[in-house]
Amino acid sequence: MPFRIEVALKPGYRDAAGESVKASIKSHLGLSADSVQTIKVYTVNAELTDDEKKAVASGPFSDSIVQEYSLDRPLAKGFDWMVEVGFRPGVTDNEGKTGKEAIEDRLGRKLKPDESVHTSMQYLIKGKLSRPQIERISKELLGNELIERFSIIEGSGWDGRIEPYVPLVRDAHKPQVREINLDVSDRELVEISRKGTLALSLEEMRRIRDYFKEARVLEERRKVGLGDKPTDVELESLAQTWSEHCKHKIFNAHIDYYEDGRKESIDSLFKTYIQGSTQEIAKKVDWLVSVFKDNAGIIRFTEDYNVAFKVETHNSPSALDPYGGAITGIVGVDRDPAGTGMGSKIIAHTNVLCFASPYYKGRLPPRIFHPRRIMEGVVRGIKDGGNKNGIPTINGAILFDDRYGGKPLVYCGSIGLMPAMINGRPSHEKKADDGDLIVMVGGRIGKDGIHGATFSSEELHEGSPATAVQIGDPITQKKMLDMLLEARDMGLYKCITDNGAGGLSSSVGEMAESAGGCELHLEKAPLKYHGLDPWEILLSEAQERMTLAVPPDKLDDFMSLCRRRGVEATVLGKFTNSGRFHVLYDGRTVAYLDMDFLHHGLPRMSLTAKWSAPKHDEPKLPEEGLTGYLMSLLSDLNIASKEWVIRQYDHEVQGGSVVKPLVGKDNDGPSDAGVIRPILDRMEGLAVANGINPFYGDIDTYHMTANSIDEAIRNLIAVGASLDRIALLDNFCWCDPVYDPEKTPDGHYKLAQLVRANKALYDYTIAYGTPCISGKDSMKNDYKLKGEDGKEYKISIPPTILFSAIGVIPDVRKCVTMDAKAPGDIVFVVGKTKDELGGSRFYALLGAIGNSVPKVDAITNKKTYQALSKAIDAGLVASCHDCSDGGLAVALAETAFAGGLGMDIDLLRVPAERLNKDAQVLFSESAGRFVVTVAPENEKAFRQAMDGVECESIGTVRPDDRFLVRGLKGSRVIDTIIGALKESWQYPLRW
Amino acid sequence: MGVRSLVLTGYGINCEMETAYASELAGAEATIAHINDVIDGKYDLEDYHILNFPGGFSYGDDLGSGKAFANKLLYARTPSGPMIEQILRFIEDGKLIIGICNGFQILVKMGLLPGFDGNYKEQTCTVFYNDKGFRDAWVYLKLNPASKCVFTRGIERMYLPIRHGEGKFIPGDKSVLDRLWRNGHVVMQYADEGYRPTMEFPMNPNGSVDAIAGICDETGRVFGLMPHPEAFNHITNHPHYARLCQEHRRKGEPLPEEGDGIRIWRNAVEYAREKLV
Repeated sequence: MPFRIEVALKPGYRDAAGESVKASIKSHLGLSADSVQTIKVYTVNAELTDDEKKAVASGPFSDSIVQEYSLDRPLAKGFDWMVEVGFRPGVTDNEGKTGKEAIEDRLGRKLKPDESVHTSMQYLIKGKLSRPQIERISKELLGNELIERFSIIEGSGWDGRIEPYVPLVRDAHKPQVREINLDVSDRELVEISRKGTLALSLEEMRRIRDYFKEARVLEERRKVGLGDKPTDVELESLAQTWSEHCKHKIFNAHIDYYEDGRKESIDSLFKTYIQGSTQEIAKKVDWLVSVFKDNAGIIRFTEDYNVAFKVETHNSPSALDPYGGAITGIVGVDRDPAGTGMGSKIIAHTNVLCFASPYYKGRLPPRIFHPRRIMEGVVRGIKDGGNKNGIPTINGAILFDDRYGGKPLVYCGSIGLMPAMINGRPSHEKKADDGDLIVMVGGRIGKDGIHGATFSSEELHEGSPATAVQIGDPITQKKMLDMLLEARDMGLYKCITDNGAGGLSSSVGEMAESAGGCELHLEKAPLKYHGLDPWEILLSEAQERMTLAVPPDKLDDFMSLCRRRGVEATVLGKFTNSGRFHVLYDGRTVAYLDMDFLHHGLPRMSLTAKWSAPKHDEPKLPEEGLTGYLMSLLSDLNIASKEWVIRQYDHEVQGGSVVKPLVGKDNDGPSDAGVIRPILDRMEGLAVANGINPFYGDIDTYHMTANSIDEAIRNLIAVGASLDRIALLDNFCWCDPVYDPEKTPDGHYKLAQLVRANKALYDYTIAYGTPCISGKDSMKNDYKLKGEDGKEYKISIPPTILFSAIGVIPDVRKCVTMDAKAPGDIVFVVGKTKDELGGSRFYALLGAIGNSVPKVDAITNKKTYQALSKAIDAGLVASCHDCSDGGLAVALAETAFAGGLGMDIDLLRVPAERLNKDAQVLFSESAGRFVVTVAPENEKAFRQAMDGVECESIGTVRPDDRFLVRGLKGSRVIDTIIGALKESWQYPLRW
Repeated sequence: MGVRSLVLTGYGINCEMETAYASELAGAEATIAHINDVIDGKYDLEDYHILNFPGGFSYGDDLGSGKAFANKLLYARTPSGPMIEQILRFIEDGKLIIGICNGFQILVKMGLLPGFDGNYKEQTCTVFYNDKGFRDAWVYLKLNPASKCVFTRGIERMYLPIRHGEGKFIPGDKSVLDRLWRNGHVVMQYADEGYRPTMEFPMNPNGSVDAIAGICDETGRVFGLMPHPEAFNHITNHPHYARLCQEHRRKGEPLPEEGDGIRIWRNAVEYAREKLV
């Protein structure tokens, strides 16, 4: 009989969770509750004696000092409303899983496989609130209907009873395999794809239909007992392998690009520009180990160690369930470096997030959460995903623009460290061979994440499937990744990859390519619950799983290690050299596809792109009130302090933190890049930074991309890295750029924006010698909805490109931070300021976009960066800060208040080009610039080091807190104190 | 024979590497052992002098931080008897135990701390949810000169990182709190910049009663604390490293490289060398 354990705080102890809910009811929903009390509920679905129940409830399930518990007796009393929130059947309940283990540990016996523990949270609310208001609080604050259920009880009239509810998947469904008739009209083919969330185009459906008409194919299929029609297992495998998510169809398409009446034919953006530039750079550098091959790119770190770096996006799931989506993104991206080469240890995270304004006041379309709820949920997901796995989040960024209201962008980056050689072999090489066993380790398979790959290849809409939502389980993953590092070093497997998008179909399919085939027995796969069809087992993206190739003679050792580490492992079949992707269920063949057709049968797309530069209005520049403008800029959400978020992330675990996200006198200034020393007894470091500015894309995505690359690199230079060893990751998040007269009439322009971004990527990575080593694209960031007029509308994100940069630092002791260090130090500006305010934060403040987008002069900047790196290395620089959003004024203000010291600045001395207005000098966002402070005794040497580079002293650091700027006409244009500047910068997101 | 330090790991403990490194810097020979290998008898506590419960998120903090791991240790059986008996013998033998962050939570919830009257099996205090959620920041710590703690001998103040969501130290009742003070169990308190103990957020990051950040048992040999001394193993860990560097260079003074956190293990190793080896 299932029973309930309720756990509540004893009287007199502070209920921080309840207080926080009470505050959010006010701040998020504008409602008012007198008090909120929380009670934790465990529903135990297991046979326990009364003594055992007591032992469990008083032991691991409650804390005798501050909590009281009850067994099958509600603790609630004196409330106006009770809301209990628990998971729906089949949704991952991490704490419930731990609860079951804790019972087993406490009682010293195993529970039965179908016995389980489920958690829920009870909120007791006092206050004058109506039922509709309570329902709103439940749905918009306490839980998410997609994955959670609510029970709401009104205090008056409650009979004092609550029956235990066990949310188990009770599916009487008998697994089956369907055949699909593709010998139908084009219209029906399209319908089959649409209804099945296959995301296959008509041309692709036709290609599949034709394959299943080939005489050779039919003959072979009959031999293994299959009919002439494809099975659902086969069709689903093809759909997922051919998805935009996995095959990057747009990046591999043939594109006719038109600009100024000229036509250019591009044979694959990826090959031409991304791979093309890296191949060029590879001829000149010797530290690229493995690029664009594996789950992550690998570069050399020290003589003995390499690092693997990958950034993924997890946008659509984060829109539907911000917490689950983000945590899944984090634990998901960790499996990329962890499954790169023979596997690496994850040593750092970096995240970049794009949201609509959390202060958004407009109406919300159906099934779209308020941006603040999305932001808080995503941040919590990233926090748990990183902190609970013991991985420091060392750098990141958050951007705000209401065009991210339909889909937030959640970029999750992960860095892994691996010995260059393992057991005498290069660690970046791996291969599965004929006869090796297919072993799946980690979590179990459920219906979660089915159609993730195909679903993310479509726009989001009201009917998007709930199964796409998963909740990552950091502890199952942590146990698995720890175990895998041991197994790696013991030489117990030959090949490894993660189960991400596409699940087993993808991981086994990929590894089978190197062996030449596979034989996979789906009935052996461990399931979370019964009733999954074979295609669902194959496609499920249930988290925390890796697939390995284990040689038969290592199997016993491997399985024994897994048992001792509490990690589930199952043999699912073997790799073969049959040339076939062979899948069986209960001994019967359910899929039999040519490996070649599966991986290379996809027809290529042909697309058209047409560029015409947009024209925007120019604003009138203000001549006065510049102090106020500077304050407003510092309060711009895109510039304002993100300390509220940063402090929730552990950025110091693993003990090698050097430059933290917040630096300066009071540890609250904005660092340009994160630096860690991953090998504790050595002084080499890794610096990590990001460059992103979608606002420039409103003018030209070519310059947006150039600036993003420049910003990422500049951030690294600012802390002490050098161009000698910087690698980049490109990450494109686009709105659908495939022209469709009805759905996407502006597809030609959006594709031209994509082409231009790629051209800049090629030009600037080559100019700087900073290769892209891995990347990702997410091409369907649109939210489709029906308006009240019955027409369909789309909320599309602006084209957004993120460059994540990693730099190797030979000696972290030479790193510098951005805060001014001492009174009397000389303030230099490095780099030339031009009339480039188009797309700037200042223009945004004036309500304009403008046209003069910053243009990156890579040749000049390269010289600047090399000189500055040398100056930092020589110890001549006291502080160095990147100059970007908000221009020189913001960079100076940040440098000053982070150091707790004022400044005297003279704008006339700023190296500039044709500028006659103070606002231009202060707020232009020209690339390639820094604010540097230098001790007076180092001035001469610094000037010498910067010889031949635009660099001039523009003032000094003051001993007091005054921040003074003299304008071009000699009068004081900014006069304030650093405390006021800092407050402007801190208050907007101080939650 | 040298001093040997055993560092536990597994189930979400995640600071084992830097904790082992800190031990080694202090002169001990460190071994990282998965808790299941200790329970299986692959490692014998008898062979070690210092036992480290590192920080992390054992079982993801499910059921309350440290609860599930404490539960596992309390009821696990090794080939030579209950795990807890081995741990108690370790203490009886005059050896040293340190629990950091999640390790501190585990020690308190097992009852090993404060362990009044040598009763290491009864929980008398707890470490609970912070008043304001998870926080990563550096804190000033005032050490209690009356403390018996072996690990903190000669240390008056420290500046260390905290990174936790459940660090609010709560004694069972007033008499427990009085006794903690009276008998020198209190080792360190959160303090302001002038090293005066404070209840003010964020200097006191979690709302701990009497700003208590770490306690020891009656012998001073079992010690637990929320801050992470192992994460200050090198001067570059210091949040003001770049500032300190400038200060020292301008004065022409060298900047010592070792992080202040290592002193904790230096004390432990020195004690073990004197009394145990």
